[in-house]
Amino acid sequence: MSAQGRIKCVVWDLDNTLWDGILLEDERVRLRPEMVEVVRRLDERGILNSIASRNDHDVAMRQLADFGVADYFIYPQISWNDKSHSISAVAKLVNIGLDTIAFVDDQPFELAEVGFALPQVLCVPDAEIGARLATPEFTPRFITDESRLRREMYRSAIERDRAEEEYDGANEAFLSTLDMRMTIAPAAEEDLRRAEELTVRTNQLNSTGVTYSYADLDRYRTSPDHLLLVAGLTDRFGGYGKIGLALVETAGEAWRLKLLLMSCRVMSRGVGNVLLGHILGLARDAGRQLEADLVETGRNRLMLITYRFAGFREVRREGQSVVLRADLDRVPEPPAYLTVEYGARS
Amino acid sequence: MSDDTRATIRQFICGRFPSVSISDTDDIFAIGVATSLFAMELVIFVENTFGFQVPNEELEMANFRSVEAIAALVARQSATVAGGTG
Repeated sequence: MSAQGRIKCVVWDLDNTLWDGILLEDERVRLRPEMVEVVRRLDERGILNSIASRNDHDVAMRQLADFGVADYFIYPQISWNDKSHSISAVAKLVNIGLDTIAFVDDQPFELAEVGFALPQVLCVPDAEIGARLATPEFTPRFITDESRLRREMYRSAIERDRAEEEYDGANEAFLSTLDMRMTIAPAAEEDLRRAEELTVRTNQLNSTGVTYSYADLDRYRTSPDHLLLVAGLTDRFGGYGKIGLALVETAGEAWRLKLLLMSCRVMSRGVGNVLLGHILGLARDAGRQLEADLVETGRNRLMLITYRFAGFREVRREGQSVVLRADLDRVPEPPAYLTVEYGARS
Repeated sequence: MSDDTRATIRQFICGRFPSVSISDTDDIFAIGVATSLFAMELVIFVENTFGFQVPNEELEMANFRSVEAIAALVARQSATVAGGTG
C-alpha cells in the first residue's frame, strides 16, 4: 500500500497522552490542548480517532465527556486488556486493515507490545504525533465531503447496527424499516474526488481492482463514449454519502462495464445489485448487449458472485481476467425496501 | 451424510431468521426472507463449512434457493472431490 493517506484511524492512549496525569491515581487530570488539536485536525481530514486505554471504562468515559471530547472517538476500547487486543477490536469494528491504523502512547512498553503483536500498525510516541501530521501517511490526497463527515457516518452506522441487532425478523423486513433512499446519476465534476477516493479505498468490492485517477475519471465523465455513474444512499439514521461507482463504455456493439465498485459500508444493503440492475436496464433500453470486465484479485470474489447471481455468464477468460455477458431478459426491479431516484446526465 | 448436510444448512438459515419457519424446499428468495446479499453469505458459509470452493459455473442463485438446492450442490461437489462416478 502506498504511503500517501495510508492512515485511516488513530488509536489514542489516555493517561499521560491525551491528558496529563493518571485518572485512577491523581486527584485530577488535565487535557493536553496540543493533543486535542491533533485529534481535531485528524477529524477534519476524515481520519477517525479511537482509544485503547487500560482504565476503568465508566470513569474514563465520564472524564472524556466532562472534557467535551467524547464524541470525537469511535469504538473506544477502555479495559484492562492488552492494547494490541484493543487495536484489533477497533480494526474489526471499523472494518479496516491494521496497516491503516496508527497508535499513539507515551509508554515505550505499550508501543513495543503493539509493535510486536501487530507489526502492521504504525506506532507513534506521543511527543512525535504533532509533527507526524505533516507526513504523507497522515495526509489524504483529497479532503472530500465524505471525509469531513466520516466520523458522523460511522456514528450513524453504530446506531443502525444496534437497531439491526435488536430486530428479530427477516433481513429484508429490517431493511424496509430503514427508509433507504438511493440516488443514481451521471457523475458531476464535484463527485470526482470522492470517486477517486472510492477506487483507492475499496478493494473487496471492486470488480477489477483497478484504481482511477481524478484525471482519468474526468476524461470518462466528459467522454461521449462513456457513462460514469455515481450512487449515493441515505436512511433514517443519516447519510452514507456517495457509496458506489460504475464506468460503462458505450461505443462498441456491446456495452462494456469496465468498473463496478461499492463501498464496504453498504455491503449489507444490497445496493450493488440495484446499481447493476439499473445498468442492465439502460443497456436493454439502448438495444445493446452488456459485457462486464472482472479481474480476480483474490479479494473481490463477492463481485464475481454479484455478477453470476445477476445472471451474467463467463464468455472469455485470460488468466485472472474474465469477461462476463449479461442476460438482458432478466433485468431485476429494485427491491421493495428502498426507493431509487435517477438523475439525468448534466 | 445427506441428512447431516441438510441439517447443517437448515440450522444456518434458520439461525439467521429465527422468527420465520422455513421448509427444506421453500425458495428463501421468493418468500422474502433473504436478500441477494444473504445469497453471498450462503456461498461463503457453504465453502467454509463443507471445505470446497464453489466453482464459477455453479455460482448461480438457483443453487442457493433452498436447503434442498444447497444440499444437492454440496453432494455434487463431494462426488467430484472424491473422484466419484458423477
